Amino acid sequence: MAGAAANSNFLNNLGRIYGMYTGTFLGFVVVIGILEFLGVPDKILGYLFVFLTIGVYALIGWLSRTAEVAEYYVAGRSVPAFYNGMATGADWMSAASFIGMAGSLYFGGYDALAFVLGWTGGYVLVSILMAPYLRKFGQFTVPDFCGARYGGNTARMLAVVVLITASFVYVVAQIVGVGIITSRFLGMSFQTACFVGLLGILVCSMLGGMKAVTWTQVAQYIILIIAYLIPVVIMSAQVTGVPVPQLMYGQALEQIEALEKTLGIAKGHTAAFADARGNFNMTSAINYFALILCLMVGTASLPHILMRYFTTPSVRQARDSVGWSLFFIFLLYFTAPAYAAFAKLEVYQTLINSPVASLPSWVASWGKPGLALVGACDAANAAEIFPICRGVTGNGDGILQLSEFRIHPDAIVLATPEIAGLPYVIAGLVAAGGLAAALSTADGLLLAIANALSHDIYYKMIDPNADTKRRLILSRVILAAVAVLAAYVAGTLGADILFLVSWAFSIAASGLFAALVLGIWWKKGGDLAGILAMLVGYVVCMFFLIMTEFYGPMLKSWLGDAMTIVNIRGRQVAYPWGINNISVGIFGIPASFLAGWIGGKIGTESTPQMQDFIDSIRVPSGDVALAPGMAAKE
Amino acid sequence: MSKKLSPEEMKAYWGRTSGLMWTLLILWFVFSFGVHFFAVQLNGIHVFGFPLGFYMAAQGSLIAFVAMCFWNASAQNKIDEEFGVSDE
Repeated sequence: MAGAAANSNFLNNLGRIYGMYTGTFLGFVVVIGILEFLGVPDKILGYLFVFLTIGVYALIGWLSRTAEVAEYYVAGRSVPAFYNGMATGADWMSAASFIGMAGSLYFGGYDALAFVLGWTGGYVLVSILMAPYLRKFGQFTVPDFCGARYGGNTARMLAVVVLITASFVYVVAQIVGVGIITSRFLGMSFQTACFVGLLGILVCSMLGGMKAVTWTQVAQYIILIIAYLIPVVIMSAQVTGVPVPQLMYGQALEQIEALEKTLGIAKGHTAAFADARGNFNMTSAINYFALILCLMVGTASLPHILMRYFTTPSVRQARDSVGWSLFFIFLLYFTAPAYAAFAKLEVYQTLINSPVASLPSWVASWGKPGLALVGACDAANAAEIFPICRGVTGNGDGILQLSEFRIHPDAIVLATPEIAGLPYVIAGLVAAGGLAAALSTADGLLLAIANALSHDIYYKMIDPNADTKRRLILSRVILAAVAVLAAYVAGTLGADILFLVSWAFSIAASGLFAALVLGIWWKKGGDLAGILAMLVGYVVCMFFLIMTEFYGPMLKSWLGDAMTIVNIRGRQVAYPWGINNISVGIFGIPASFLAGWIGGKIGTESTPQMQDFIDSIRVPSGDVALAPGMAAKE
Repeated sequence: MSKKLSPEEMKAYWGRTSGLMWTLLILWFVFSFGVHFFAVQLNGIHVFGFPLGFYMAAQGSLIAFVAMCFWNASAQNKIDEEFGVSDE
């Protein structure tokens, strides 16, 4: 009882608690700033940021420990829409969003906006097609819905397979992200850093499951958004005089356009669907829209996001919560292009065609061995000072030409504080923000995987009589085991696997989207509709992924000119009809819908009982008309 | 204010809900794809320094998405209340 009272006390005071938390965090940043002023070395400040923030997450995780199934799996369905929105924001935005996206925009210009659009627009689909109905269904996992709607364990198993494939691929990429940030700021090896990150992830989620992950994700969102906004707001104030980067980078874009002309850059930053010469290119346009579609549909299918909407107190709040989620995500995504624009302006304006001897100091500090994110590759021996210059031959004239400048995408966000001349404390803040982004996403993904294994496989399929205690212990053991496995895979595969994030979207979109949409919106579609939709979508997507990535030349010998061979990631990767293989969902999604439709037509129609069940999840009020055997025992 | 809908009411309720869904799905398509089909042409227009095609993909569509999510929530709430099936 005392626990319940403390719990409702907590829920009634969320605003005050997180307000105090935010104030304390800002105070902590100021204290570190003072320590820096007093001469404490940067490395110690980096450690303080990383370990104190992880310590706070661990504390929240420990305070949220629970022995109740509903709290462990769905945070007791007590998370208000606004806070669920923040938690979803952190769950959603990974290291790829926080650090990678601005870098992609720096290099890709307009073309990379496909990520900005693709990673936001999907929430409209979540809002109108999925979230309220899944919330009304009111069980614990996405496979629960597939199992209940499509006649039991075959469908449940297929959903579990899709969920685990997509989420595992995604979580490995997150741990790589944690590893990169931690190793960079603490100067430890990448493998060690992966396991340090792993500890950070486990302390958040082990004891309290979804409840703990929810309240740490809210805390992580606050840190990541503060860390993301501060450097670019200051940068905007310096460059344009107005601290609203999202509006003011229009000026920077104009200046970039003018500089591109003088520097002789044919493909402009803002030019849409252009090839290297700046001419319209159809393949580039097709890839742009294919990627948007895969990312959006994937958003509406990724179980670690959908399960966040199981945690609100009502259907109404689930809908509101989607709006808040997207709002909190929007705050970061509409800022990312400003990072790219200000960084590009700085490079074009102050670096290119300047004497190498008088470059700003951030080039040296972010280019040195160990970081190696920037390089002025003019001199013949430039690679000794700037490892990133390996393989680049400069003309040695003492002036930095455009072709002699190298920058790693990650540097755009990481180096901005220093470009703006801010003290190291802000760089540490950015590292803490990136870490929060990667940890929160990894938490959500690991929980989705562990819940599928412990709830769907063990409890629903192997031992339906297992008691609560046994289920919760098993959940935690599985969580830890999956986390260790993911960290091991991440540490082994290394840092260049962030493309895996995009794969995860195509896999989830191909495997789950059609089955979920048809399950809610096509009442007559029977068991076979869902089973075929999942099976065919998943198989088609995985077939194209594996074949294009690892058997490109073979695929080309079968299909001839339809395949373009591109040398990336050390392999000959095939692009079917010129489409980048991160967008293979473009084949899987239609295949899945078609298979679902055929399955619904040739299979038996859903029973009247099933149709009653579907009617009951379409309406917010009233009980869910679960047929015997469909429900989970609490 | 919860009650069970008769089959006729259910049909009307779901008709209204589906109508809202299709409206938003069309808007979703317009802001996800339709507008950006014309990115090259829109880029000829500059607003506060932003080429319009770039602006729509970097900000304009995003604002529309956020507005659409909140609009869906409030419009669906109105439908729910009209039919007396809101769960709050």
